[in-house]
Amino acid sequence: MEVLFFGQLTDITQSPKLTVAAAADTDSILQQLHAQFPALASATYVVAVNGQVIQHNTPLEANTTMALLPPFSGG
Amino acid sequence: MELLPTYDRYHRQIILKGFGEAAQQKLLHSKVLVIGAGGLGCPVLQYLAAAGVGHIGIADDDTVSLSNLQRQPLYSMQHIGQLKVEVARQKLLELNPDISIEIFPFRWQPQHCVEYFPAYDLVVDGSDNFATRYMINDACVLLGKPLVFGAVGQFDGQLGLLNALQTDGSFSCNYRDLFAEQPAENAVANCAQAGVLGVLPAVIGSMMATEVIKWITGIGILPMNKVIVYQALSQEIFSISLQKNTTAAALIPASIENFLAMEYAWACEEPGAKFAISIPAFYELLDSMEVAVIDVRNYDETPVIDGFADRRIPLSLLENHLAELDAEALVFVCQTGVRSLAAASLASKMNPGKSVYSLQGGMEAYCAQRNLNHHE
Repeated sequence: MEVLFFGQLTDITQSPKLTVAAAADTDSILQQLHAQFPALASATYVVAVNGQVIQHNTPLEANTTMALLPPFSGG
Repeated sequence: MELLPTYDRYHRQIILKGFGEAAQQKLLHSKVLVIGAGGLGCPVLQYLAAAGVGHIGIADDDTVSLSNLQRQPLYSMQHIGQLKVEVARQKLLELNPDISIEIFPFRWQPQHCVEYFPAYDLVVDGSDNFATRYMINDACVLLGKPLVFGAVGQFDGQLGLLNALQTDGSFSCNYRDLFAEQPAENAVANCAQAGVLGVLPAVIGSMMATEVIKWITGIGILPMNKVIVYQALSQEIFSISLQKNTTAAALIPASIENFLAMEYAWACEEPGAKFAISIPAFYELLDSMEVAVIDVRNYDETPVIDGFADRRIPLSLLENHLAELDAEALVFVCQTGVRSLAAASLASKMNPGKSVYSLQGGMEAYCAQRNLNHHE
């Protein structure tokens, strides 16, 4: 499945888009990502699944797109 | 007939399908407060003034500096050192003398929200820090004002129409429904630290102005309960849906009294901010005691310091060299004053008896000040 990254998160992942192994839920994907990019664990962001911000661990279906969106401070 | 030149000025939008004289009259009678006259504020102000928003408030306590000109084309070389709100008012009235402009040349505080928001129809957040962003959001929720927010960083931007009255009588999502808690200011790098593509705030600011005009005139579909995210490098736009967040709602002060007592700036003050020393105070310190100035930037960073003696020890190597620094007072310097704060915290921890400082605003502020002095 595909995970999108925005803003300074792309400094950590070195890419705005990654393909990761499918998993049962969003927490599993985040665990996978934190293991691969330890700096992500301390970054501030919200998670969206198929364009919808989620507040809790969410089950994932096939062909889902996840996005990690950090706040931007600049004006 | 006074109407004719007005009609001529706005002709190209009045003839639009669904716009007409009625929408133009709504714009001419509207009042919009824009907080922040920087990268986002400039395009918002220019297009709202051009479109004929009848009364515009501009709040910003900053003066024009050379590093602003890359993305704030309302200002020119001759304006360096002048208050942004003063220059903006003059330029906007040159563009459209039929509108009125009110300026607020001070750092926006909670009491200003309570005092001035009620007189405006809509608030625009073009601020450049989280303290102001969360303060404006919470005030808009408490006072029932719609808010168009925008934010940029590096190559990406976000914007949205927040807290707008919906047809069912409830208010749409606000900024805390997206990012519930105010992050520490140094948890997310700002434009001075992380950079910003100059044209990016023009894109986001123009999209913000579009939403303001749509909200006032009632045309189109308003992006309520959504945040729009734009990536300049791919030219992709994402629309991300929001829903009400109960955790977020609990973080908004329950009353105006509680709001006025909130310490927004405190909540995101950088650790070690107590070490910050202003440029004039720094000069006084140099004259009054034995001071070692340590530049904690990497070896390849410019401009190099002139005007006072210094030693360069990159922050990553500082810990191993602290014992060598035996001057009475230590002043740490970096590019923007962020790394030097970390250096000062470290030095103070390792050597508690010593006077330790961090030059506020770093070399950028120092060079700007020196250029200003040369101009005078």
